[in-house]
Amino acid sequence: MITKKDVEHVALLARLELTEEEKEKYTQQLNNILEYADMLKKLDTENIQPTAHPLPINNVFRSDEAKPGVSNEAALANAPSKEEGYFRVPKIV
Amino acid sequence: MPVQDYEVVIGLEVHSELKTKSKIFCTCTTEFGGDQNTHVCPVCLGLPGVLPVLNKQVVEYAMKAGLALNCKIAEFSKFDRKNYYYPDLPKNYQVSQFDLPIAEHGQIEIDLEDGSTKIIGVTRVHMEEDAGKLVHAGATISQADYSMVDYNRTGVPLIEIVSEPDMRSPEEAKAYLDKVKAILQYTEVSDCKMEEGSLRCDANISLRPWGQKEFGTKTELKNMNSFKALVKALEYEIERQASVLDEGGRIIQETRTWDENRGVTLSMRSKEEAHDYRYFPEPDLVPMVIDQAWVDRVRESLPELPDDRKKRLVAEYGLPEYDAGVITASKDLAEYFDECLKHFKDAKVIANWVMGELLKHLNAGDKDITECPIKPEHLAGLLALIEKGTISGKIAKTVFEGMWETGKTAEKIVEEQGLVQISDEGAIAAIVDQVVTANPQSVEDYKAGKERAIGFLVGQVMKETKGKANPGVVNKLLKERLDR
Repeated sequence: MITKKDVEHVALLARLELTEEEKEKYTQQLNNILEYADMLKKLDTENIQPTAHPLPINNVFRSDEAKPGVSNEAALANAPSKEEGYFRVPKIV
Repeated sequence: MPVQDYEVVIGLEVHSELKTKSKIFCTCTTEFGGDQNTHVCPVCLGLPGVLPVLNKQVVEYAMKAGLALNCKIAEFSKFDRKNYYYPDLPKNYQVSQFDLPIAEHGQIEIDLEDGSTKIIGVTRVHMEEDAGKLVHAGATISQADYSMVDYNRTGVPLIEIVSEPDMRSPEEAKAYLDKVKAILQYTEVSDCKMEEGSLRCDANISLRPWGQKEFGTKTELKNMNSFKALVKALEYEIERQASVLDEGGRIIQETRTWDENRGVTLSMRSKEEAHDYRYFPEPDLVPMVIDQAWVDRVRESLPELPDDRKKRLVAEYGLPEYDAGVITASKDLAEYFDECLKHFKDAKVIANWVMGELLKHLNAGDKDITECPIKPEHLAGLLALIEKGTISGKIAKTVFEGMWETGKTAEKIVEEQGLVQISDEGAIAAIVDQVVTANPQSVEDYKAGKERAIGFLVGQVMKETKGKANPGVVNKLLKERLDR
């Protein structure tokens, strides 16, 4: 069972600010989702390897070649705040 | 209880940037430096809709490092997302490896100062992407009004090497880091430049009363930017934990940062959420399947490793274990030594000079052996002059200074400064006479049985000849003259 405390914890990890109503609502919704997914527990997975990837593809590589990326101007084009070619971010701690 | 009443338990996490040309998941250059945010593209900036593609060289280098650290290479390996919010990560997750790392179950032998060795377990080696660099607008992160981010380093390939908690002192931790660095340099997977951040090290440390089986609560130390800082931070933390325990206190499991200026470790905020990384498989990358043929191919590409090279120097040239260990600790130093040997045959004499004058000068000038102003064949030339008796060992140090300053050969400096050793008995005998006449008291002392008085007289002769007299001849002539 997901409790309101779990929702607050996950919200903090995701940097989401939730109202009291939202917390109640999401506790209910998350529980519904998990309950639905619990259906999978009925399957016997004794001899099944855990899935690492849904597609049956392995070893996709590229060779080690460097190419120019984008310009500093292009990199910063969507930045809400910038300074001297850097991304500027709010106070961290 | 005093510090010695606790057993110290240390494990290290070493991060090393791999020497690829391009980043791990995109084609941006890994070159160090460069103007901020110029080695970036939509993939490493974490823009929506992009897909990472794994650089094959990263896998090969990680396998190479894993094999050199005596690990078993995984037949099946995958990447995972490690989720946390910090502005040096544009995606809010780092692509890393969680439960299926590329290599596990290794071990290396470390060399301690008393000449003994110890086996340290290597838990795992995994691949991941490096994060960006932060510049704080203020003296420290907490005093800063805001910070600025450079993503050039984001996506540079890293391997993280995690040790078992097998080290029992700061000295062992340093020896372990020394050996890991040597192995990574020998295998040429990393530059291992601590000052450029291509080799970084975090330490987990705890104390427990001797005889106790369970580990004590550990702290994780970060921000040690040199070997010296690692040792100092561990020493400080041992004292700190011991005094907390002595007062009946309890160690809090937390991350502490080393403050180089103040020489202390400081608690970073210990939010319990900080370590809730919620790893899950990276859906944008497919798993790696590594067959035995691939492992064998990488194993065959391994060069001679530090331990083998050390054994070879001991076996082939009869060098003491300690000397061989010092010389092979750096591949470049070992190459320098081998080059000297091509021009001078006495390995022990070369070892003495390399470990003595040469390392002393390199350390004093904060230079790497690759920046050494004295070429190996020139050092060999100097040693040949001593062997031939052209100069004394004492004068050789003066000549060495000259070679260091000017880069000239020993022959040239000896010739220019007139430093050829005087071995002519006639010339030395005249000076011996002169010194004996001028110092009757010392002669008296010697004859009264004070053997040491002869040392003073030898010194006087050397002074008269500006150190150029052959000491063997001086001793012999003085003895003959006094015992007459």
